Amino acid sequence: MTAKSWLTPTIIAVVALVLPFLLRDPYPQHILIMILIWATLGTAWNLLGGYAGQVSFGHAAFFGLGAYSAGLLFLHLKISTWWGMLLGPFVATAVAVPIGLICFRLRGPYFALATLALGEIFRLVFTNWVKFTHGAQGILILSTFPTKLPYYYIALAIWGLAMFTLNRLINSKLGYYFVSIREDQDAAESLGIPTTRYKMYAFLPSAFLAGLTGAFYMNYIAFIDPHVVFSLGDISVMVILVVMMGGVANPWGAPVGAAIYIALNEIFRAWLGSANVLAFGILVCLVILFLPNGVMGELGQIRRTAFRQKPAAAGGGQK
Amino acid sequence: MSFFEVKNIVKNFGGLTAVNNVSFTVEKGEIFGLIGPNGSGKTTIFNLINRFYPLTSGEIYFQGQRIDGLPTHKICELGIGRTFQVVKPLRRMTVLENVMAGAFLHTGSIARARAKALEVLDFCALAHRKDVEAKSLTIADRKRLEIARALATEPKLLLLDETAAGLNPKEQEEAIAIIQKIRDAGITIIIVEHVMKVIMGISNRILAINFGREIARGTPREIANHPEVIKAYLGDAYA
Repeated sequence: MTAKSWLTPTIIAVVALVLPFLLRDPYPQHILIMILIWATLGTAWNLLGGYAGQVSFGHAAFFGLGAYSAGLLFLHLKISTWWGMLLGPFVATAVAVPIGLICFRLRGPYFALATLALGEIFRLVFTNWVKFTHGAQGILILSTFPTKLPYYYIALAIWGLAMFTLNRLINSKLGYYFVSIREDQDAAESLGIPTTRYKMYAFLPSAFLAGLTGAFYMNYIAFIDPHVVFSLGDISVMVILVVMMGGVANPWGAPVGAAIYIALNEIFRAWLGSANVLAFGILVCLVILFLPNGVMGELGQIRRTAFRQKPAAAGGGQK
Repeated sequence: MSFFEVKNIVKNFGGLTAVNNVSFTVEKGEIFGLIGPNGSGKTTIFNLINRFYPLTSGEIYFQGQRIDGLPTHKICELGIGRTFQVVKPLRRMTVLENVMAGAFLHTGSIARARAKALEVLDFCALAHRKDVEAKSLTIADRKRLEIARALATEPKLLLLDETAAGLNPKEQEEAIAIIQKIRDAGITIIIVEHVMKVIMGISNRILAINFGREIARGTPREIANHPEVIKAYLGDAYA
């Protein structure tokens, strides 16, 4: 590793560590925590969907399983919801195993469809299995900490773990194999890549991190119900939009997309009400049209436009 | 026991028999040519060997081991590499990364995969394009990338599917030179080719097929004069 490759992460880590001391009010601290939650969930999705090309329309299933692992531990066994942060990721991973083993043998949209169904199945089961889950009434706990500060650092640590995991994976043999599978599965197989197995290697950490994020969400928000944590629109689809906004298959895509999404949410909510989702949707459309690789993916293009430079032509020599 | 043997292979697609009872053996170190008119089943035979399609019936042996039934990636691992007639570059990866994806078969280290890939790119005279995204290569370079990527998996047997198709005469000469260099490096080759200059010039033995059946086999000279082959390519009037 060169000194330069450490520079950006170090600066970001230092800024992230001191930020809550500059923004002392609970409100901006809450926004930072929400950004971290979405950045972690987005990073989990990006590993599987962005790098390995296996688009999941049901990451709410793993997020919700993490959240409910924590909530149900408290509900039935009176164990602290913090233990859910240990249990939740493994429950989410355990559910991912059979889904992956079945769907990854198929080609085409089957994985996307199966994950779409998975999220909805869990939402419906957890809504209607009232005895076990309290159904739509949800699970309410008492917050552990009176201030936001401990939550902020826990969220930061989880996001750090996600970024570390992503970077370790994509800067190894696995990363090359993930992208090869995304680009052409036949070519990948003919190069000796066991594609089903390597798709699992992307899927399992992705589900694990989504489960961990969900378990933290339960602890932080202190209330969950199936329509929130298993939501198709607000979680499964939104995480895809967040990553598309920031940059698919870019390590900084999810955090940047999350920051834009949460910031817009807060700005627009004050004077647009629930139309803030519409505003975000329009912005995503614009990003897809003009920055197809997302904000981070087109950073060079954005800089050139901002400074009115001519783009360097591929192949060169253009007057 | 032959180095590589295909025994009575049959492939049906619904009611169509694409490959009908074809058998041949390939000896270590030779270049074995496979020719036939369009749609005669040449590429299908390749797709059966590396199991993109399962056989309807028949057997395939490589170094004494039966390989039909093994998954595609396992067949590559045993030492059978292939290229694609319709090239399949990993489009949003650079040329170097494409070849590294092949080189990772025998190493987990990025440094070693990169060294191996650079060596192979040098061998295929493609090193000057290493940092270019594969999607912006010319067709000649894409064909060469196919070969480089397959070579990076260190095959003992290489299946080349029309690597000279669509190339101009100068590029064809270069393709022939690369194929001969591969053989000289000790790699056995099965080659499917339409460009007669290429296949007649370098093959030790040739199998000609039409409608999925064998119509002739022999040395390039025997094949060129074989009435069935002339009939298949030019029609009855010339036979």
